[in-house]
Amino acid sequence: MKKLNIILSVAAALVITTYASARDQIKIVGSSTVYPYATVVAEKFGKSGKFKTPVIESTGTGGGMKLFCAGVGTNHPDITNASRAIKSKEKALCEKNGVKDIVEIVVGNDGISFAHSVKAKDANFTKEQLWRALAHDVDVNGKLVANPYKKWSDIDKSLPNKAIKIMVPPPTSGTRDAWNSLVMGKGCSKAAKDAFKAAGKKAKKACAKLREDGLAIEAGENDTLIVNKLSADPDMFGLFGYSYLIANKDKIKATAVNGVKPSLKGIQDYSYPIARPLFFYVKKAHIGVVPGIHEYLKEFTANKTMGPKGYLTDIGLVPLSSDKYKTTRTSALKLTTIKAN
Amino acid sequence: MNKELRRKKRYQAEKRFQVYGIIAISLALFFVGLLVFKVFSEGTSAFSRTMIKVPITFNAEKLGITNINDNDEVENADYYTLVYEQFVKNYPYSNDEEEKQIIKLLSPDYEFEAKNYFLQNRNQLNKTVTLLFTASDDFDQLHKGNFPRDIPEERRRLSNYQLNIYDQFLKEGKIEKIFNNYLFSKGDSRDPELAGFGGAILGSLFTILICLLISFPIALSAAVYLEEFAPKNKLTDLIEININNLAAVPSIVFGLLGLGVLLNVFELPRSTALVGGITLSLMTLPRIIIPARASLKAVPPSIREGALAVGASKVQTVFHHVVPLAMPGTLSGTIIGLAQALGETAPLLLIGMVAFVVELPGSPMDPSASLPVQVYLWSESAERGFVEKTSATIMMLLGFLIVMNSLAVYARQKFEKKWN
Repeated sequence: MKKLNIILSVAAALVITTYASARDQIKIVGSSTVYPYATVVAEKFGKSGKFKTPVIESTGTGGGMKLFCAGVGTNHPDITNASRAIKSKEKALCEKNGVKDIVEIVVGNDGISFAHSVKAKDANFTKEQLWRALAHDVDVNGKLVANPYKKWSDIDKSLPNKAIKIMVPPPTSGTRDAWNSLVMGKGCSKAAKDAFKAAGKKAKKACAKLREDGLAIEAGENDTLIVNKLSADPDMFGLFGYSYLIANKDKIKATAVNGVKPSLKGIQDYSYPIARPLFFYVKKAHIGVVPGIHEYLKEFTANKTMGPKGYLTDIGLVPLSSDKYKTTRTSALKLTTIKAN
Repeated sequence: MNKELRRKKRYQAEKRFQVYGIIAISLALFFVGLLVFKVFSEGTSAFSRTMIKVPITFNAEKLGITNINDNDEVENADYYTLVYEQFVKNYPYSNDEEEKQIIKLLSPDYEFEAKNYFLQNRNQLNKTVTLLFTASDDFDQLHKGNFPRDIPEERRRLSNYQLNIYDQFLKEGKIEKIFNNYLFSKGDSRDPELAGFGGAILGSLFTILICLLISFPIALSAAVYLEEFAPKNKLTDLIEININNLAAVPSIVFGLLGLGVLLNVFELPRSTALVGGITLSLMTLPRIIIPARASLKAVPPSIREGALAVGASKVQTVFHHVVPLAMPGTLSGTIIGLAQALGETAPLLLIGMVAFVVELPGSPMDPSASLPVQVYLWSESAERGFVEKTSATIMMLLGFLIVMNSLAVYARQKFEKKWN
């Protein structure tokens, strides 16, 4: 029984001591698209020896924002990665929980690739065709109906006579958000938008609703799994960040969208139609409390990291154009905070 | 129907049943074999690391070292440029692009590898030694035969130029395979050739230790009280039913409990083995209580009666006689419960143990990964080198489980008393 008492008190002591321990390690949460870049920077940052390597958790953009905005204090993360800009709703949540000063850093650009197996024939789609293949409701002959297209050739005669099979990321993913606004929103036909409005729905939301008949397959955040599925089935398409395309180019290739294939330059100047900026957000209140945050920002925004020849470009990050880079670098150095709502 | 025919039918039925049984067993064995074969055929190559032999001259001038005994100078010398310049000399190049392609054959850690060597061998200043440098992930995978060479250049990770370098190095005997000690000694990394599951093993050990420290004493006391002291009434019946039900609750529910209570209410640090261990101990509790009660029940009443007869109190009877005799069963139940906890991923995902952690955890309060979570993390990574690392981690995890389960069997067989 004495032994039991000792063991119990040791366990209790362990629990209590944690209350007192301060954190000396940066904590980062957020987007799985920014995760590969952030981890590389964190590792280099840790190897430079002055600070501990930041701990990074991939939670998806939405999940990261929720954790980030939950409050100030060492139990909350210092930085959240995002594959889209912070929403006003999230800003309000942050504000409510006392997270007032937020620094926004634009990391670079990413192109969402609509890709398939290298064994398949090259393909080209317009945004409207992609929307028609994925939407829940589409307009046929001026009338709004549940998506009737089973094959690509049903949408347009020029497209292959093959079944529509598309793997899409889950709703919590920033890739999905970006896809919704860049493809589902912009590709949505005018007739459908009008019909949605006439029915009293918000066009933006209704256009982005995915079909639920099993042809749009919702995959997890596991992009490697999507790559394997695509390489096994040449008729299947999937969408993910540019870095996965680069890392797996012996297995998958990108289709052209509006006649443009994703390329470094095309994504940088947004001539590739599904390109988007990537971000991370920093809690200013934590700078000086958790050691190394400002230095991490400097490392991340250094020219050798995210510049045109920086090491992040090797793994697929598309660098910012030089004027945008200057703005980002300045806000990292001066810790410029973003405006509240 | 005559007797003869009926008997024949009965025999046939028995034969059929036996055939079904054999088919079921061989199917099960086939799938286990397939799994093990896949894991081992993919994973064994992770235990070796491809190295490139490079002669390096520790030129004092290049390093910027004026006084070899000045620690600060030696620590901060420019090993990066030193190795870079001497490595690219190994193959002719005509432009910047080709130079970049050459240095990419080395793992980005080369400056630290050179530094670590030099710090231990300072007498090598201005001398030339042949050092082994870790090759980059792509080079490593090529050497292990995991990259196809016969596909068009634009779809390959290595260019024709880099393949030529590889062929020449191979001919000159500059490539060597060594045992991959990094796999055991390092934490996670974004460069597959530098990544190891050392951090995950430590994380798993801390988690299991916390889990044991919390669940074992509580479960044992609960089992002893319920079995030996508690009155048998509706309330204790209800508790018993609930404990049995708790053992069947999906583990993710305990993860939610950990997230809601430990992280949000008690504000314990996220991603740590401490929180992981407490969460898993909740899951393990009923899984220890049940076998512990069963083994207490199996101790014959004559033992208790004998102790009571010579004047022992109830507590003395229980703790001097009954509990020690029930220990083997309790221990094997505990070990199996812990083995289950070791393989658990779902609750750990919820409490944030899925983080990218480079440094090895020094205590349960440091952020860490655990073995099953490391499998999950690496299976998601884009780089090809992580495929073999994933399988190697699974092998490690299977090894741990086999060891723990054999311990349980040993504990039972060695110490168990038979009562006949």
